[in-house]
Amino acid sequence: MANDPTHQFQIQKIVPIEIGGMDFSFTNASLFMVATVASAAGFLYFATSQRGLVPGRAQSLAEMSYEFIASMLREGAGSSGMKFFPMVFSLFMFVLTANMLGMFPYFFTITSQIIVTFALALFVIGTVVVYGFYKHGLRFLGVFVPSGVPGILLPLVVTIEIISFLSRPISLSVRLFANMLAGHITLKVFSGFVASLGALGALGIGGAILPLIMTVALTGLEFLVAFLQAYVFAVLTCMYLNDAVHPGGH
Amino acid sequence: MFVTSAFAQTAPEATETLAAPGAAPVGELHTETGVAHDDAHATGVFPPFDASTYPSQLLWLVITFGLFYLLMQKVIVPRVGGILEQRHDRIAQDLDEAARLKADADAAVETYEKELAAARSKAHTIGESARDAAKTKATSDRAAIEAELAQKLSAAEARIGEIKTQAFAQVGAIAEDTATAIVDQLIGAKASAGDIKAAVVAASPKEA
Repeated sequence: MANDPTHQFQIQKIVPIEIGGMDFSFTNASLFMVATVASAAGFLYFATSQRGLVPGRAQSLAEMSYEFIASMLREGAGSSGMKFFPMVFSLFMFVLTANMLGMFPYFFTITSQIIVTFALALFVIGTVVVYGFYKHGLRFLGVFVPSGVPGILLPLVVTIEIISFLSRPISLSVRLFANMLAGHITLKVFSGFVASLGALGALGIGGAILPLIMTVALTGLEFLVAFLQAYVFAVLTCMYLNDAVHPGGH
Repeated sequence: MFVTSAFAQTAPEATETLAAPGAAPVGELHTETGVAHDDAHATGVFPPFDASTYPSQLLWLVITFGLFYLLMQKVIVPRVGGILEQRHDRIAQDLDEAARLKADADAAVETYEKELAAARSKAHTIGESARDAAKTKATSDRAAIEAELAQKLSAAEARIGEIKTQAFAQVGAIAEDTATAIVDQLIGAKASAGDIKAAVVAASPKEA
């Protein structure tokens, strides 16, 4: 098992629960969802509980995250998109914390599960579609009709726009899922090399240095990816929400 | 080859994984192959694509993320927004206060300079009038003194003329007395007063 790079994605039941023949067990994935929410919410709650006029370190960090997402959303979807701020902020903090928690050895990475990222992506696209139709009615379909396109090209362009819109939840979820999955597999493979080569004696230990360096470098890279993917997820969410707020605004 | 070496460590753990969902009794099978001992675990698919875990993951994601979302919306976002707004207001308020104080200070400086200018011009006026007064007084004093001096001078001149006239008037009498005495000493006879007088007049310079 020590060398199996996919073992870390295995779901293991902790408290088996079965309702109507469906398996709703509390698993290690559920545990880390709880851990993610608890650490993110706990941090934000206790960091801001002082309500200091002059912020401390933790409060600055919480305020920075808030202003980071606020400016991102304002640039992406305009000031009328600010009503989605709690949603984008929650998504960003959830994904970021989940990615970062996944960087701990032996921890489960919930964002490496396609169903989780797909559910989050569907939540975003679902919000866009529901709010778009609720706010603009059929004018929301203007999302598929870019302005300034000659009539003869319109059917083609609209087809492309519809396909691109439908592929959004897939690209949004697969991007996050694949990045986390691939990063963790790569880390596991290289660290597996270190262990395996180290068991081969003096020559092996010498040879293990290379994958060890690689593992260290990859760990740094994975921290970057963990942040970057949370950022990308939030930026794309803002862009998609912009369609819901300004359907014709291409 | 390192798969077999690693397998020695995994053998006891292979039994643990049997407790995982839908685990088939394949633990013994692995001892033969020694490879992919976890791939065959559960339904034998790559774990993230194992659909049997989806209901549980979705349920717990909805529960945890839903709670997280609610907490963000109800507590954290209003709180952080409030903190930022409060700070923003406070800074704006402080800036206003600073601007007000600066205006006060500017007004005070302006008043000070105005008063300074007024005092300076007043001092100038006082100095000017004092100088004028002193000049006038000096001029009048000098005029008075000059007048007085002129008066004294003329008085003195008048007296000198008087004394001179008087002195010239007595010169004849003195000469007659002297002549009488001289004649008396020389010839022992009294000369008549008329002769002496005529002789003195003849000897005197004409102009006296």
